[in-house]
Amino acid sequence: MSCWDTLMDYGLRSIGIGERLLPRSDFTLCQQVVLIGSGTIWNIYFAIVALLLGFFLATALALGKASPNAFLRKPSEWFIYLFRGSPLFIQFFFAYELFVQLPRNGIDINLGFVELTAQTRWLTKAWAGATIVLFLNTSAYAAEIFYGALRAIPKGDLEAADAYGFTGWAKFRRITWPTMLRLAWPAYTNEAIFLTHATTLVFFSGFPAWQQRGDALYYANYFADKTFNPFVPYPIVAVYFILISLFIIWGFGRVNQHLNRHMPGQKRRTKMRVPLMR
Amino acid sequence: MFSFCSDPSVLDGWRWFACYLTNGKHLTAYLSFGTVMALLAITAPTALLFGFGGAVAARSSFGPLRWFGKGYTSIVRGVPDIVFFLFFVIALDQGFEWLRHQALCPDWTDPIRQGNDFIVCPEAKLPQSSAPQWVHELYGFFLAVLTFAIVFGAFASNVLFGAMAAVPQAQLETAAAYGMTPRQTFRRILVPQMWVYALPGLSNLWMILVKATPLLFLLGVEDIVYWARELGGTKGSVFAYPHPDWRIWYFTALLVFYLGLTSVSERVLARLQRRLSHGQATAAGESQRREVVA
Repeated sequence: MSCWDTLMDYGLRSIGIGERLLPRSDFTLCQQVVLIGSGTIWNIYFAIVALLLGFFLATALALGKASPNAFLRKPSEWFIYLFRGSPLFIQFFFAYELFVQLPRNGIDINLGFVELTAQTRWLTKAWAGATIVLFLNTSAYAAEIFYGALRAIPKGDLEAADAYGFTGWAKFRRITWPTMLRLAWPAYTNEAIFLTHATTLVFFSGFPAWQQRGDALYYANYFADKTFNPFVPYPIVAVYFILISLFIIWGFGRVNQHLNRHMPGQKRRTKMRVPLMR
Repeated sequence: MFSFCSDPSVLDGWRWFACYLTNGKHLTAYLSFGTVMALLAITAPTALLFGFGGAVAARSSFGPLRWFGKGYTSIVRGVPDIVFFLFFVIALDQGFEWLRHQALCPDWTDPIRQGNDFIVCPEAKLPQSSAPQWVHELYGFFLAVLTFAIVFGAFASNVLFGAMAAVPQAQLETAAAYGMTPRQTFRRILVPQMWVYALPGLSNLWMILVKATPLLFLLGVEDIVYWARELGGTKGSVFAYPHPDWRIWYFTALLVFYLGLTSVSERVLARLQRRLSHGQATAAGESQRREVVA
């Protein structure tokens, strides 16, 4: 079987397209590279969805935490504390058990004039349940970053906005928000990379891999268990993740350039260090 | 535990819970909190040691040593730490067995890797197949600690390398002007002063380490996550104490435990930062001095 056939059979295995049976013996390097690569589709999916949705919730939470109104501030503070203070691993387990507890037949919601049945089964599947956990988790971390940036906005900028008659939404949209993003962006890049790395936890904690459709690490672990040789599959995962990280750094760097385009002395590429921790 | 616990099926209410929560399995589970604390207590200093070694190596003027230090620091870049956790446990295990195999069975002729199997001579097995269960568990824990120390050592190495670079150059030049050798400058000036610069990074690292401890479960150690799943599930206690699926309550307890641990850590680290900033030529040290003067 040539490598091309393997690619055809297993290239989309992780999303249920192609050959159903995983290879059981005589593993080739090609099979490992293709299947693990197929698994990274999940990692990319989790990362993109969680980051896109999380960005908006994080902005809202950061504004809430910075709000003088205690009814907005306290819930935001507690949300951020809860998700930053506990391990993501435990959050996954907890969420899975929570979703399993939901009634099997869905929840009936009576709106008086019409009765709706909210389906809950899909929450126990990784594509939805794990995405929700990752979304909430990254929102909390990003909110803390945005909150710090919000407090670091130079007061001169805000005073100048006032002097020019900016108020309310226009002031937020034109002055506060872009400055906040500009200041937060390097740290937010780190968060994006960390979230991508955290997606590897999904199929190890709680959410079971359905029909062996797992992520990169799931297949790497499968090969390492079968061949008792960790020196091939794990480096393959590592290479995939380094590539994804480089892509994130590149993409976020472009955005960073855009955010800083008006700043003097920012013509050259801003030096972006690969993060080590969040 | 209590005298009335002899027949759980007739108990009700709080007595049932009192007996349930103190049965043998639960007492073992409470000990596993100790496992987590032991992991933290052993790993943190070990990782700091590894990190220190890595940082010193990365600063070395001797090429190969510097490359080793830099390489060690950068292994954690771009790759999820969980990949290292899963990789190192099995790789270290095989590495130790291979070394023992070389030492103990010099006249063993069969290849070690036969297809998908990794075969060393029986004397080189770690731990010995005849060893009692607790030796196996201890060995598993040891591998986990070593893995954590290697991975977090790389993080710490990066922090300490940055901290060493952050010590003002003038301090080192003054030391040289007073006739100190590079070794003396390192020991008496650089190392005592770098901690204040390293502490924010190390605090961050400690928080990450605390939140990484549930990964012990993936490394095959019977830690609190293992027990939460075991005790909360319906199978574990089906005979003496039947109950529905309570895993969600057990995981709630773990969440509370970790929230408590992180907030205590936060407070302790903030105090430590204050203590270390005292008398330092930094903004924090200066503001402390002003408070005293005012």
